[in-house]
Amino acid sequence: MKNNEKIIPMPLRYLINIVLFVVFLLVMNNLIVSGTIPKYYAGVISFIGVNIILAVSLNIATGYLGQLPLGHAGFMAIGAYTSALIMKAASGSATIFPFALIAGGLIAALFGLIIGIPALRLKGDYLAILTLGFGEIIRVILLNIDNVLGFTLTNGAAGLQKIPKTTNFLITFIMVGITCYVIHTMMKSRHGRAILSIRENEIASESCGINTTYYKTLGFVVSAFFAGIAGGLYAGNIGILSPSAFNFMKSIEILVMVVLGGMGSMFGSVLSATVLTALPEALRRFEDYRMVVYSLVLVIVMIFKPSGLMGTYDFSLNGLLDKLILKFRGNHTEKGAMPQEKKGEAAVRKKEGKLK
Amino acid sequence: MLKVENINVYYGSIHAIKGVSFDVNKGEIVTLIGANGAGKSTILNTVSGLLKSKTGSVTFLGNTISGIVPHKIVTRGLAQVPEGRRVFLNMTVEENLEMGAFTRKSSELRDSIDDVYERFPRLKERRKQIAGTLSGGEQQMLAMGRALMSKPELLMLDEPSMGLAPLLVEQIFDIIKELNALGTTILLVEQNAQMALSIADRGYVLETGRIVTSAKASDLLNNDAVKKAYLGG
Repeated sequence: MKNNEKIIPMPLRYLINIVLFVVFLLVMNNLIVSGTIPKYYAGVISFIGVNIILAVSLNIATGYLGQLPLGHAGFMAIGAYTSALIMKAASGSATIFPFALIAGGLIAALFGLIIGIPALRLKGDYLAILTLGFGEIIRVILLNIDNVLGFTLTNGAAGLQKIPKTTNFLITFIMVGITCYVIHTMMKSRHGRAILSIRENEIASESCGINTTYYKTLGFVVSAFFAGIAGGLYAGNIGILSPSAFNFMKSIEILVMVVLGGMGSMFGSVLSATVLTALPEALRRFEDYRMVVYSLVLVIVMIFKPSGLMGTYDFSLNGLLDKLILKFRGNHTEKGAMPQEKKGEAAVRKKEGKLK
Repeated sequence: MLKVENINVYYGSIHAIKGVSFDVNKGEIVTLIGANGAGKSTILNTVSGLLKSKTGSVTFLGNTISGIVPHKIVTRGLAQVPEGRRVFLNMTVEENLEMGAFTRKSSELRDSIDDVYERFPRLKERRKQIAGTLSGGEQQMLAMGRALMSKPELLMLDEPSMGLAPLLVEQIFDIIKELNALGTTILLVEQNAQMALSIADRGYVLETGRIVTSAKASDLLNNDAVKKAYLGG
């Protein structure tokens, strides 16, 4: 991949991706609005979008940064409650929604910063346990904060209800597009390289003059920010929030998506978030067995492809086009130029033969 | 150029470096030799800021650098090739080199990469190859090339001969000599005392966290005590 020249020029590469993405959005949106895709499935598709954002954002911390945080649901919960409370206060105004979403992301990022600075001094299992604890603290706070404050804020275990349903397929997937674009661009930049080098070898990257603490925290904060955005979308989709939706299992679920897709592969995260959200729904008919099948899929993939479905491979449409163009051109030149060379070789061989 | 005064480094309650002082002058090759666990690498890591000394000071080009974080020390012209090479295994050779120039402007990048390729033609041949697939010797070259990308005044090498075939060790040491001739000051930490002393100007002999002898490298090569302890009699 890396050896390939970029044949399609840069602005065109973006254009191809944008056009295809917009076509995808419009077609799907039409299908949903016209009712060709039933409402129930439209809902599932929106959750796929939310889960894609969650998986792709966790992939920054796990795949690119090489850490193992287990509190991603905590950041999601913060984003969800923040934007839900703002939307309730704004009584569902559509113009406020983008700000509510961003506010949710920012508050989650702030918590990412607060928890990240001490947590990233730790490594491996210690970091996992610390973030796990953080996720649970958030859940327990959401459950009990009303009693402490003395007025109703999160409505405890009964859950926050009647949240304006401001999101739909289109908004969710526009956010998916933006998230993937921002993270992709970040990882291709100098900052992304610095983050990758920390995963590769922390001491070496320190000796290259990279501020490892800064970049580790940056990765963690960006990861938390998008989890918060996903939370906001989730709240707007489902219309009711209860703390139990953001328990430890939710964090694990997101982590499974990242690991199954391949750590460090954005395409893998997108793919496995889609499959793992759709699979339990598709298996609904087999009620009793569906968790068995779900678990079996995980076991089988981990046995036969421990690096995840995609490994670290990332799909690039333009990369593929480049390859096709090269192949096409290659065929052309082969017909024209290659035979001459072969003739030359043959002549040399003949001479050698004569000499013998 | 580099002046280390009375540093004491602890790992928890273990007193690893006990009041070490030494200096490196511009243009020199200075080597620290000693057995396993004598504290050679600990001293380098203290100079580069990875470890902290409880007392004393490290001065580089007239400025105190003890207590400064490692990535800022790099920008002052002090680069370290860490022990065991530590290249970025999943990046290509060229990407590794680019990482080495992280502290510099990207406009200067190309020239520096070409300089490194000129010094290490082997790396140029393998520039698109993933670093993890290089041999040990090539990885050592890459680690050195990466450190050179920051245009250091002083290059600190931690056991460059570790795990390499004798022929490659000679090649690496030739390159170190060349680099020095071109104006890079070198601080070399080695277990292979014979090799290190043969190219160095001065040497310090370490034993369990203390400097026991310091002299011109040629004198150390002929010193009976050193011969007995490190050079095989």
